[in-house]
Amino acid sequence: MLRELGGADKTIPLSRKIWDLNWGLVLLICATASVGFLMLYSAAEGNLEPWASRQMIRFAAGLCIMFVVALTDIRIWLRLSYPFYAIALLMLGAVEVMGVIGMGARRWVEIGPIQVQPSEIMKITLVMAIARYFHDISLEDVRRLRWLIPPLILVALPAALVLRQPDLGTTLLLVAGAGIVFFVAGVQWWKFALVIGTAIPSGFFAYQFLHEYQKKRILIFLNPESDPLGAGYHIMQSKIALGSGGVFGKGFVQGTQSHLNYLPEMRTDFIFSMLAEEFGMIGGLILFALYILLLAYGYAIAFRSQNHFGRLLALGLTGVFFLYIFINIAMVMGLVPVVGVPLPLISYGGTSMLTLLISFGLIMSVYVHRDIEMQRKQY
Amino acid sequence: MSTAREKEKARLFTRRSLIMAGGQAALMSVLAGRLYYLQVLQSDEYTMMANENRMNIRLLAPLRGRILDRGGVEIASNRQNYRVVLIREQTKDVSRTLDRLSDLVPVSDSDRARVLKETKRKRGFVPIPVMENLTWEEFSRINVHSPELPGIQLDVGETRHYPYRNLFAHIVGYVGSVSEKDLRNLEPDPLLELPGFRIGKNGIEKYYDLSLRGTAGTSRVEANAYGRVIRELNRQEGSAGDDLELTIDVNLQNYAVERMGEESAAAVILDIHTGDVLSMVSVPSFDPNSFTTGIGIKEWRGLQSNPKHPLSNKAIAGQYPPGSTFKMVVALAALEAGVITPEHRVYCVGHTKLGRHKFHCWKRGGHGKLHLREAIEQSCDVYFYDIAKKVGVDKIAEMANRFGLGEKLDLDLFGEKSGLIPTKSWKQAVRGERWQVGDSFNVGIGQGYVLTTPLQLAVMTARLANGGKAVSPRLVKESKESAPDDVQLDEKSLDMGLSKAALQSVLGGMFDVVNGVKGTARGAKIKTEGWEMAGKSGTAQVRRISKKERLSGVLKSSERPWKDRDHALFVAYAPFNNPRYAVAVIVEHGGSASKVAAPIARDLLEEALRIDPVRKKARDDA
Repeated sequence: MLRELGGADKTIPLSRKIWDLNWGLVLLICATASVGFLMLYSAAEGNLEPWASRQMIRFAAGLCIMFVVALTDIRIWLRLSYPFYAIALLMLGAVEVMGVIGMGARRWVEIGPIQVQPSEIMKITLVMAIARYFHDISLEDVRRLRWLIPPLILVALPAALVLRQPDLGTTLLLVAGAGIVFFVAGVQWWKFALVIGTAIPSGFFAYQFLHEYQKKRILIFLNPESDPLGAGYHIMQSKIALGSGGVFGKGFVQGTQSHLNYLPEMRTDFIFSMLAEEFGMIGGLILFALYILLLAYGYAIAFRSQNHFGRLLALGLTGVFFLYIFINIAMVMGLVPVVGVPLPLISYGGTSMLTLLISFGLIMSVYVHRDIEMQRKQY
Repeated sequence: MSTAREKEKARLFTRRSLIMAGGQAALMSVLAGRLYYLQVLQSDEYTMMANENRMNIRLLAPLRGRILDRGGVEIASNRQNYRVVLIREQTKDVSRTLDRLSDLVPVSDSDRARVLKETKRKRGFVPIPVMENLTWEEFSRINVHSPELPGIQLDVGETRHYPYRNLFAHIVGYVGSVSEKDLRNLEPDPLLELPGFRIGKNGIEKYYDLSLRGTAGTSRVEANAYGRVIRELNRQEGSAGDDLELTIDVNLQNYAVERMGEESAAAVILDIHTGDVLSMVSVPSFDPNSFTTGIGIKEWRGLQSNPKHPLSNKAIAGQYPPGSTFKMVVALAALEAGVITPEHRVYCVGHTKLGRHKFHCWKRGGHGKLHLREAIEQSCDVYFYDIAKKVGVDKIAEMANRFGLGEKLDLDLFGEKSGLIPTKSWKQAVRGERWQVGDSFNVGIGQGYVLTTPLQLAVMTARLANGGKAVSPRLVKESKESAPDDVQLDEKSLDMGLSKAALQSVLGGMFDVVNGVKGTARGAKIKTEGWEMAGKSGTAQVRRISKKERLSGVLKSSERPWKDRDHALFVAYAPFNNPRYAVAVIVEHGGSASKVAAPIARDLLEEALRIDPVRKKARDDA
């Protein structure tokens, strides 16, 4: 079927779109988020207030936004990819100039009454922009080195700005998320090998320029037991929470590590430790299962899409989602250094919840508009 | 642009995606494996660490054993201490809460400043003591107003209490906080590290500290990361300290202290058969309760600078020349050595000459001719110069030692002094001088180098009165169910081997001192029939009387300034025919022994005899 440049004129009626929404996925998202509500209820010693109720309201609002995003035509998202990226980049620049300082780093920017974390928005818009780029170029071009320069710049600009905040965790997430899109778009193996081969030595070089607290985190990660009451305390307490939970856990609202405040940041970054303390390995594995099903949906939707933008977008966002899960859980288990990455859909916090629901909205939009074919732009 | 190329693009995408999915599945397996490792393989170890985190062992201070008198009356007890503490996190405005509190009870400015300082330093849930030792009225007043006092909490602790205040301060001592020095010197005990724990600092409290202290209990509590106690998991009670029963009689002690009044004085009353110390008084005294709560600087300075030395236990630590109370020892030494008989007579002209030096009798005109019993009755100095010279100092010293003088009697207290009984070799060794006959003269009348404590004099009197048995004084009953106090101690092992006749003549002299026509203390008779007292007065010179003074007419002791007056001593026992109690009294700078010390001794013995049947009856009833 031949179509006009930049997409087709075919539009799908709204009722059909709603019917086509992936309700199984919606249910899974709700189930996973409910695990979060349960843990926040426990964190408040068995109270909805103050965290669980607020998280529910945020989730409900995010769900509405997710549906709007899902029902919006994918061609609109294709067209808006670059402008959105540009806006997010400008906001990151604004953080650099007029950001709010919190926790020793500039991450927030105030727009009217709300505080926005542009690095979170960039996680989506970067994947969108790169997907758009690879949608537009031919298979031959993907293999040509000079055609890889523009998308590398797309990655490098926000990565540099976020690193300056400084936020090493988010920088790595951005780069890794983009890397996933590069990989599935078909960039050759040896180019990845080359990048990784140069990244490791330069990483050692860059280590010299890291902030003291960042260096310390990496060192403590390598040997947390060495300094149990100092900065390694968090990882140690988290491992104790997990380990003492055993197979069946200590019971709901019974976690001693969490309720006696030994576990740090138990509502945000370390919420998985609390879950595994109270519900044991069984609880942890059930959450794994929910996540694996969510990831499987993402893959299925990507494979089902008839347009390349949709494929790359769905898989890129699913990849970022996986990175969140893996880094957070590996971190609380003491497998990777402590970087401030929340557990998706579960950790307390508005911005990451919203970001994730928009991502799922986009993935669903790919599903709803799976049969629309979009031509690539000829250069 | 071909569809084939697009299809190729899609195929490549699918291939790469599957590789990606495989990678992610592998990483998820790593997480699951790690979960298994932590939660199954290492679970026991981490469970232990979690328990170590949350469980905290706290020491529970045992209740300190009580100190009781011989009848079971509490001399030292534990009193509930009503305290007010402030918990910062429960109030919005600390100073307003304190304002409201001071409307109800007087909160001093220094307490207020201390509380405000501590609220800034300590965590919000840590109780900060505001006031201690509230009265029940204050306590209940705060209790009633507690809704208006956010952050204020009342609690009840145990503090040592001495209900008789200054009555037993020197015997019982007091408790105080553990000092750095105590930590170094005492047997290690975790209780010593407990904040607010008190140990015996003086007297019986210190001597019997270990048995009074008891052993610590433990409480396992669950605490959060900030140290706040969430709940108690289990508790193992310690054991309270043992009660200690003293030989002291509260009523007699009370009477004795009141009888001594404002004097600077000491007295010891003994049971002559058992050695039980029924009363041991040193006045003025102090209130040990001030020490348990921490004494104020002003009060402390007042006690230290008082010329009557309230902090010192004069009964065991005061060393005085025994004066004429020593004459029984001199007489017995001479009789036992065989240098005189009771019929030995000396003519007193008021002085005796030794070379160019004149030794005076207290009576300027002299006593005329007298034998031993008369010499004791009238306390003739010349007579004793004579027999002291005859028997020699070493024999006197030996006899004095047999009566418990010149050595510690090992009462269960700290600070006991041994006194001093000089000998020839002592003088040579310590002063590097030869013993002179004049020295013997002085020893003969209990002056010169001789020093004794009131306790020693009481023991001496008891050993005289019980027929020459070497009883030792004791403050603590052997054990709770041990022998009743009337049981005679093993007589043979205690017998001092004195001849009955010698003892009889000396005791007869002591009877005459009080009851004879010319007795020096004939004004201090016990008139009750069957309770007659025997005794001996003594005057210890504080200042030598110069020749000039003697010529110009010696001022009476009572006319001199207080500091220069003689010490008045009296030793006595009663009843004469069936002796039971012995007493030694010393009134510092009291002047006349017979007018000041003797009446006190009489009253104490009379009181001891008077309450004796009462005590017995009470015991029998119980």
